[in-house]
Amino acid sequence: MSAAQSIAADRRWRPWELVLVAALVISWFAAGNEHSLLGNEIAIFALFALSLDLILGYAGIISLGHAAFFGVGAYTAALFAKHVMPDPLVGLVVATAAAALLGALSSVLVMRGSDLARLMITLGVAAILYELANKLDFTGGADGLQGVSMGSLLGRFEFDLYGRTAFAYSLVLLVICLLIARRIVASPFGWSLRAIRDNRLRAAAIGLNVDLRLGAVYTLAAAMAGTAGALLAQTTGFASLDVLDFHRSADVMLMLIIGGTGWLWGGVLGAVGFKLMHSVLSAWTPQYWTFWLGLFLVVLVMVGRDRFFKPWTWFRKS
Amino acid sequence: MLTLLFDGIAYGMLLFVLAVGLAVTLGLMNFVNLAHGAFAMAGGYVTVLLMDRAGVPFLATLPLAFLLPALVGAVAERLLYRPMYKRPHLDHVLFSIGLVFMTVAAVDWLVGSQQQIVKLPLWLQGRFEIASVGIGKYRLFIIVVCLLLTLMLQWVLGRTRFGSRLRAAVDDPRVAAGLGINVNQVFSITFAVGSGLAGLGGALGAEVLGLDPSFPLKFMIYFLIVVSVGGTTTITGPLLAALLLGIADVMGKYYVPQLGAFVVYLLMVIILFWRPQGLFGRGATR
Repeated sequence: MSAAQSIAADRRWRPWELVLVAALVISWFAAGNEHSLLGNEIAIFALFALSLDLILGYAGIISLGHAAFFGVGAYTAALFAKHVMPDPLVGLVVATAAAALLGALSSVLVMRGSDLARLMITLGVAAILYELANKLDFTGGADGLQGVSMGSLLGRFEFDLYGRTAFAYSLVLLVICLLIARRIVASPFGWSLRAIRDNRLRAAAIGLNVDLRLGAVYTLAAAMAGTAGALLAQTTGFASLDVLDFHRSADVMLMLIIGGTGWLWGGVLGAVGFKLMHSVLSAWTPQYWTFWLGLFLVVLVMVGRDRFFKPWTWFRKS
Repeated sequence: MLTLLFDGIAYGMLLFVLAVGLAVTLGLMNFVNLAHGAFAMAGGYVTVLLMDRAGVPFLATLPLAFLLPALVGAVAERLLYRPMYKRPHLDHVLFSIGLVFMTVAAVDWLVGSQQQIVKLPLWLQGRFEIASVGIGKYRLFIIVVCLLLTLMLQWVLGRTRFGSRLRAAVDDPRVAAGLGINVNQVFSITFAVGSGLAGLGGALGAEVLGLDPSFPLKFMIYFLIVVSVGGTTTITGPLLAALLLGIADVMGKYYVPQLGAFVVYLLMVIILFWRPQGLFGRGATR
């Protein structure tokens, strides 16, 4: 099989992928008024995790500060709706553009250095933004940005109390971004990213411009994270310091790990899994649920993710 | 001005003692340990609880604040950390974040989430002035203790047989193992001592840094800054980085309080962009 053929084979839709897309659509009807808010949140986190997957799973950049872009998207969307115009779609585009700009600027910072330096730089960028949002006047500081009122979607659909519109809005964007990401990772560009992840030196030796490609995917991932943040701000009508906090970056990484890195549905499944785990654990022990979360992480890593989700391999020698 | 400098130096020395164990973990085993602060917190709580509940005097608790975390560190290294060394960095990050979550929640459950207060003995309270420079007695005490520890570390690393084994293992573990050095054992001991030092730092710093269950998360980034900016190949690198960070933080908070920790993070990003291996590191980051 030639390279072109194998790339084309990867691009073809498989039945189970269609089933999963259908499941996303059905989830809107299944959620009803009761669970739409939860569904909306899951869809947003799925999009956020998807964006992290692009840089972590495909390009191999470990980021502990992905919330930076999520937060910029959220704050931009909220500020735009408050001061410029309340139309959600225009706000979404502006917020995505703002996050992409920040991604492009900070991508220069992650192109060089070891894993540790990158970890620290991504962590540092998020921390800088957190401090800025905390201290600046127009972001509302620790109180957050309140009183953001959104216009109706396409001039027709009002955001309702149950989150029906919000859920549909987030789902549509999640599917659009999934399609875009799917197209990108199956393209020669996507394969070159995997080459860079697996062996940077060799990738450079076969003539790939490593820095440029990493910069491109980092910007793209930042843009998607910004979209996710904007969706959260628009559907809740609120942006607070919480969107930039360290635990956001840690949570999204955890979601991705639960779902599996390096395939596009990992983020979606991980977001569902994480949210389920969260609601079960915090219903059981509201104050100390992070302990069980931590234990889960430790066990997951020690056993190995592949083995953990395949119980039949537990007693086999690896 | 000079008082601020003095406070900054005390803060920096404290950060150095807290973070030096992390430098060894990273340099020797290339293990990104985000849970280092948990050991520091353990030391802090040993001191606070012993003083509070058992009435042990402050000074007498310090050796225990070293020994207990060191013991816990040795056990944790053997049981939990060792299988992790060969894994990719992502696994290190996840594993140690998991440990941090667990310790934060566990301490919250055991002791409660309130801020702990250390009652310093009388002779460490207050301040005196030398040539119109106000010097806090406790700050001076911290500097003296940390200076002694640093000198001791430097001596152990530079002059003893164990130190030369350790340096050899940091430079190239494979060749060191080939020369008959038991790298695993060297590492176990270093990990335990590093955890113990973190514990001691946590105990000393409980009054300055504050102590509550979120301690490991709050100061994680500071420890990592010390190590990544200072580089992991020497002990002087982290020391200078810690002093720089301490002084910058104290000065920044005093002169431009509206910016908060902003200055520190910005400096770190710029330095790491300029020299990814750290200010004082040699190029050999793997």
